[in-house]
Amino acid sequence: MTESNHDSLEPLVSQEHKKSELKASELKEKSNKSRKTITRGPGRRAQEARRQFLRSIALTVGVTSVSLLGFIPLPGEAKRPRLRPPGAINEKNYLSSCIKCGQCVQVCPVNAVKLDDLTTGFGLGTAYIDAREQACDFSCDGLQCVLACPTGSLTHDLDYAKDTRMGFALLTKPKLCLAVAGKGFKGQARGPDYEGLLRYEEIDRWNPIALKNHPYDVEICDLCVQACPIEQRYKQCEQGKYPSGDQNQCPPKRAIGLELIEEKDGIKHMKPVVYDGCVGCGVCEMICPAEQAAIVVDYNTLTKMPLSEQYQKKSGGHS
Amino acid sequence: MNRALESLAQLFGRAPRKPRKDEISPDAQKIYFYKKGEKVTKAQLVALHEDHHKNSKNKWRKRRWITLITINLLFVVSFSLDIQLLEGALTASRFVGFHMADLNSALQVMLAYKQALINLLIGIVTVFIMWFILGGRTFCSWVCPYHLLAEWTESVHLWLAQRGLAKNYTFHRGVRTVFYVIFALLAVLSGYTVFEFISPTGILSRAIIYGPTLALFWVVFLLLFETFLSRRAWCRYICPIGITYGIVGVFSPLRVSYDLTDCKHEGDCRSVCLVPHVLELTIKNRSTDIENGIGADCTRCGLCVDACPTNSLNFEFKGLTHKPQTQNKWLIPEALDTLEAKAQKSPGDKETKDD
Repeated sequence: MTESNHDSLEPLVSQEHKKSELKASELKEKSNKSRKTITRGPGRRAQEARRQFLRSIALTVGVTSVSLLGFIPLPGEAKRPRLRPPGAINEKNYLSSCIKCGQCVQVCPVNAVKLDDLTTGFGLGTAYIDAREQACDFSCDGLQCVLACPTGSLTHDLDYAKDTRMGFALLTKPKLCLAVAGKGFKGQARGPDYEGLLRYEEIDRWNPIALKNHPYDVEICDLCVQACPIEQRYKQCEQGKYPSGDQNQCPPKRAIGLELIEEKDGIKHMKPVVYDGCVGCGVCEMICPAEQAAIVVDYNTLTKMPLSEQYQKKSGGHS
Repeated sequence: MNRALESLAQLFGRAPRKPRKDEISPDAQKIYFYKKGEKVTKAQLVALHEDHHKNSKNKWRKRRWITLITINLLFVVSFSLDIQLLEGALTASRFVGFHMADLNSALQVMLAYKQALINLLIGIVTVFIMWFILGGRTFCSWVCPYHLLAEWTESVHLWLAQRGLAKNYTFHRGVRTVFYVIFALLAVLSGYTVFEFISPTGILSRAIIYGPTLALFWVVFLLLFETFLSRRAWCRYICPIGITYGIVGVFSPLRVSYDLTDCKHEGDCRSVCLVPHVLELTIKNRSTDIENGIGADCTRCGLCVDACPTNSLNFEFKGLTHKPQTQNKWLIPEALDTLEAKAQKSPGDKETKDD
């Protein structure tokens, strides 16, 4: 196919040439009698130029329209809450500044970061995290995605897990929560087919392992509290064992805990309560063994805040 | 300087013009004069063409395809094997840790975000220097994955067109400049990198590295459009990346140079070229000097170098490649004498084949 490129080209060119010659001669024959009118009216060249001009306008309008389709993300996608990687600046600026290179995808040790598709409009090629599928567990400790980002879509102003604010965990479906129901949990948190990874410092500090390879056995389900990276760091610091030997890693506040709650009707039960220290990494959402995650990371309310507020820990607990 | 401006004007869409007789250098005029005396028959041209392509093995095309595939595979390998060789995608990357940023993507980001971080600036400067040296649009033909696919579909297009199954609707080349302005304005006004939404370069690069996406359907649509309706339409009439890198390469030392001396003006080079207007100086009486650098819109793909049956087109690196000057047979006095005699024998001989 390619070898014959040159050979096939020449006849084509000469054919075209002949064609145009033929047309020209036809035109001449036709207009031999009224030559003067032809020279005054639009010639063949002018006519072709006009057609070309119109075609060019059509092309401009067409391609520009397609590019503007980016404004209309598919309805389902627009509503889907979308966690951005740690350090992501507010959504509008994030979409402006992201160069869509995926370097954050490449450095993530748990492959939490993925790139959006066409369906998200101008979000095409930008990084997001689907916490239920694979949350960010901060097993890199140093916020590798932030370091990798060449444009500042992930702000370089933060160095530690505790400084991020990707979202905020909310117990949206307390009826599904095993702790609320007073149940324990035994087995693989997300079943045998779940491929997600999580780092267990006591097993291997450097390599996250598959969640299915680390079954649990608890009397009252507290998986979200156990797995929370901020809680883990908080406890380590309380014991004087700083994560990575760095005191700066210590979170100032707790992120989540199981509390005994007394409802209005007097029934007492355990319930996960999210504290100020929550950074919205989504590990609780990922590990929640209920069919649908009882606890999810809320993202939408966060994006409406300006960046400065986003990274300021708000006071007042959520639950 | 004039030449650079002319080359820029052509990049932005102006058609190359015929030089006035007084613009053609005396040496070049001499060659044109004596070429009139040496009549080239069609049979000779065909023989020359066949002889050349018997031995020619598409040297530059092979090198280019290997380079293009290697670079894109480096991205894939770096990610899949987790080695820090060439991380990221074509829009922005790190080569052994050093920042690189595609100039057009970086420009779109800066226009939309209205800020540039130091890492991005480092990437821009690095890549600018690289393509300034290597020739601007060299990016297009030696790196861009869409270029390779478009090259393959182009041969399908030509095959179909020959049989009347495909059309080649042309557009005014200035439309690419219009697109350039439109996408710049859209980025500034909307705050989104609008062009990246439809850029097949970014879409393909990411698809190759991170896996297929729905956005590939857009790329397929473009390729089908080029196959059936307009030869190489995206690269020729739309893609702003070409203009960005074209501007970078205006003063580039690496370029294709044209030597008038042996040229038969048969047009083989123009028929294979992505941007044939840059080669219009190979038409008889168009080049003003014996040696001419090809303009900024040239992607340095080397198809013309492979195609030229008389070796009149060659890669040149200003200051490094040195061509022996003595071989110019037209300017050797003895040769001139015989030719002058020939020319006098047949004074009415006119070549009207080319323009």
